[in-house]
Amino acid sequence: MAGNDIALMAHLMRRAGFGASYEELERRAATGYEATVEDLLNPGNQPKLEMDLLERRFVDWREMNALEVNQAFWTYAMINTQRPLEEKIALFWHGIFCTGNSKCEHGRQIKLQIDMFRDHGLGSFCDLLLGLSSDPSMIFYLDNCMSHKDAINENWGRELLELFSMGVGMDGEANYSEDDVKECARAFTGWTITNAIPRYPYGRYEAGFIYNPADHDEENKTFLGETGNFNGDDIIDLIARQPSTARFISRHLYNFFVADDVQVPAWQNTPPRDLETIKLLEEEYFRSGYNVGSMLRVLFNSDAFKNARFAKVKSPAEAVVGTMRVVKDFTSPKPGLNNLAANIRYMGQDLMNPPTVEGWHTGGEWIDSGTLVERINFAADQVGNLDLPGVQDMVSRVSSDGGSVTAEQVVDRCLELLGSYELADDTRAQLIDHVNRGGDLIPGSPEFSQRVGQTLQLIVSTQEYQFA
Amino acid sequence: MTSIKKDPVLVVLQLSGGNDALNTVVPYGDPLYADNRPSVRVPDDQVLKINDYVGLNPNMGPMKQLFDEGKMAIIQGVGYPNPNRSHFRSMDIWHTCEPDKVGTEGWLGRAIKEMDPNAENVLTGVNFGRGLPRALAMPSVPVASVGNLASYGVLTGIEEEDQRADALDVFSRIYSPAMGRGGVVDYLSRTGMDALKGADILSTAPEMYSSSVEYGGDVVGQYMRNIAQTHLAGFGTRVLYTTAPYNSFDTHAGELQAHAKLWSETSQAVADFMDDLREHDAADNVTLLVFTEFGRRVHDNGSGTDHGSGGMAFVVGDNVKGGLYGEYPSLEADKLLEGDLHFNNDFRSIYSTLLENWMGLDAQPLVNGSFEKFDFI
Repeated sequence: MAGNDIALMAHLMRRAGFGASYEELERRAATGYEATVEDLLNPGNQPKLEMDLLERRFVDWREMNALEVNQAFWTYAMINTQRPLEEKIALFWHGIFCTGNSKCEHGRQIKLQIDMFRDHGLGSFCDLLLGLSSDPSMIFYLDNCMSHKDAINENWGRELLELFSMGVGMDGEANYSEDDVKECARAFTGWTITNAIPRYPYGRYEAGFIYNPADHDEENKTFLGETGNFNGDDIIDLIARQPSTARFISRHLYNFFVADDVQVPAWQNTPPRDLETIKLLEEEYFRSGYNVGSMLRVLFNSDAFKNARFAKVKSPAEAVVGTMRVVKDFTSPKPGLNNLAANIRYMGQDLMNPPTVEGWHTGGEWIDSGTLVERINFAADQVGNLDLPGVQDMVSRVSSDGGSVTAEQVVDRCLELLGSYELADDTRAQLIDHVNRGGDLIPGSPEFSQRVGQTLQLIVSTQEYQFA
Repeated sequence: MTSIKKDPVLVVLQLSGGNDALNTVVPYGDPLYADNRPSVRVPDDQVLKINDYVGLNPNMGPMKQLFDEGKMAIIQGVGYPNPNRSHFRSMDIWHTCEPDKVGTEGWLGRAIKEMDPNAENVLTGVNFGRGLPRALAMPSVPVASVGNLASYGVLTGIEEEDQRADALDVFSRIYSPAMGRGGVVDYLSRTGMDALKGADILSTAPEMYSSSVEYGGDVVGQYMRNIAQTHLAGFGTRVLYTTAPYNSFDTHAGELQAHAKLWSETSQAVADFMDDLREHDAADNVTLLVFTEFGRRVHDNGSGTDHGSGGMAFVVGDNVKGGLYGEYPSLEADKLLEGDLHFNNDFRSIYSTLLENWMGLDAQPLVNGSFEKFDFI
C-alpha cells in the first residue's frame, strides 16, 4: 500500500469521522478513496449500534436522563460507530444549532435532537431547518414557546437567521434587517410544545411539538422583501433560497471539515479563507436542492480538502475519540465510561451543554494552558498503556519487519500508525535522539514495548498531534 | 487601599448549583419563612442566631465563629437585574460581568492581566479543578488549572521518575520558543511552555508545606488546602480560585439532608483555611469570597427548592469588617420576583469593593461599569 494512500485515508477518516486504526485505514485504502467517501455518505449501509444489547450493560441508557449519561453514550457512539460520518455530522450541527442542558435540564430531550441530526444531517438543509423549528428542546431553549401572536418573543426568529442559516452579513453587507427578525418571529408563533410538567416531583417527561393555530399570527408578513401570510415553513423556504444561506453553510462546512477559518462573528466583513472552495460548495448547494451530503461529496473529493491536512486544531471530542479509536479501548461496554467522557468536558467541550447559543469557539481558541495539559496527559496516558489492544497492535507493527530497528524507523512508524502525523524536522530529530539515547532496540523484548510506548507518548504530546 | 506590605491576594470559592439563600442565612424571625417552607425548613431552635431576624444554618458553626470574631461579612440579597435562572448563564454573568450579552472574558482574567500585563508570572492566577472557569478566561493570560496539586504537571502518567524527567526534557525542547513556526503552532508552543513552567513551580508547593490543620476529605476541603499550600509557597499568586463539585448545590430534591452535608463541609473548609493561614502568619494578605450563581425559589417544592434569584455571598478574612451587609430581601408575596427573592445588591458591587479596596485596582473596566462599593473592607 502506498504510504500516501494511507496518509490521505487517515486525513479523510479524521475529518469525516474520528480517525481510524491502521488496520481500518489499510482496508479502506484498498477499497479506494472515492468508494470510501460514498460509504461514509451513506451511513444507512452500515449497521447501527445495538442499543438493546448496550442497554443491558448501561442500564441508565434506557432512560438517558442525566447529561453525564448522554455524554457517555455519545462518546461511546463516536468511538464505536460503523457510521462515522453520521456521528460527525451530528456533532457538526450540534456546534451550530446549539441547545444546552443548562437551560433545558433534560438530557433525553436533547438527545432526541441529536438523533434528528443523525437522521437528517446529511440530507436537505430545508428538512433540517424544519426539524429544528419543530424540535421541542430548541423551541424551549430559544423561547419560541413563549412567543405568542399578540406578544412575540424574537429569540428563535433572530437566531434562526443569525446563527442557524443566513448569518448577519456577507461581503461587508447585512443579510437581513431587524424587521425581518420580527416578521420571522411572527411567522413562527404557534410553534410550541406540549407537556410542561415540571421536573419535580414527577420526574422528566418528554415534551412534544405542537402547532397551535389559535396562537399563530395570521396577518401578512414582509420577510426578505416578500409579502404574504407566511407560516414557519414558508420562512424556511425563503431562507433556504438565499445566497447568504449557501455562503453561511458552506463556510461552516469548510471551517469544520477543511481548515480553521476566522470565527463566525467576523464573517460579515472577513472573506472566506478559500473563496474558490466556498463557491464550489455554494454551487452544489443550489444544484442539489440544498443537499448537505452532496456538498460534502464535492468537498471530500476536492483538492482543497485533500491538501488541507492538519489545518485544523482538533476539537476536544476529536482529541478524545480519535485517540480512543487508535488505542481500541472501550470497544465494548465496561465501567469507567462516564469518566472517559468527562475528559471532553475537561478539555473545554461540554457536549450537549455548549456555553451559549453561539456554540464553542474553535481552532486555536480550544487551547489554553489548562486544556492543553488535559489533552497531552489524556492522550499520553492512553498510548502509554501497553495493555490496550490498539497499543499492542502498534508495538507489534513497529517490529513486524523483523530484525533490528533503528530509532528513526521507530519514530516514523509510530507517526504513521497513529494516523500519518507529520512533525517539524527539529521535533522529529529530537524524538529520534531520544529513542537513540535508550540504546539498542531489540524487537520482542519487554523493554522494546516500553520504548515504543514512550515514543507514542512523546508524539501525542507534540503540537502537531493537536491538529487534525 | 489597605496598608499592607505583602501583595493582596484574592481567593474565590464558587458554590456551583445555586445555594439556597433562605436555608443558609435563615430569616427565622419572619413568619413568612415558615409559611413558604412547609417541608424544607431549618427549625428555629437550631438556627445559629445573628439577631432577631436572621441566623446561620446550624451546619455553619465554624463560619459562625468567624462571623462572631468580626472576620466575615455576609452580603444579603445579591444578584443582578433581570435574573437568569439557568445555572450556566447565571454563572456566566457572574464570571464575565455581562448580564445582557454573552461575554468571553472573565473579570478575574481581566484583573490578572491588569496586575501582570506581560504574563511574567505564569502563576499570577491559579485555578483548582478540572477545566478553567470563565471568570479566569482572558486571551494571553496564562492560568494554571490544577486538578490535583500533588500530581499536577505535564506527562504525569509516566511513573518512572527518570523516564518522566527525560520525556519532559524532550517536551521542553519541542515546545521551546526558539523553534518559531508561526501562527497557531507558536501559540501552542507558548501555552505548552507556560504550562510546563507553572507545573514545575507548583509541584514544589506540597513538599514545602507542613501544618497542624487537618482538612476534610471532601473536594472543597482538599482544594482549600491546595490553595493554602500554594499561597504559603510564595509563588506570587494573586488570584486563587476553586469550585464546589459541578452543580452540587442544586438541591431540587432531598435538600435538607444534602444541604446539611454541603455546609458542614464547606464551612469547615473555610475555617480550616483561615486557621491554616493564621498558623503560618499568612492570613494578613488574603481575602476569601464565597459566592453562588443564584438563590433558590422562596417556596419549597416538597422535597427541595427550584432555581431562584437573589442569593447570598460571604467575604472572609482578617482584614474584613464583619457583619451583615445589604438588606435581607423581603419575603412578602408582592415583593417577590416571580416567586423569588428580589436582589437589592448588585454582585458587581462586591467585585468592585474587592478589586479597589483590597486589590488596589480600578474596578470600572474590570466589572464593566461603576457600582457602589460596600465598606466591608
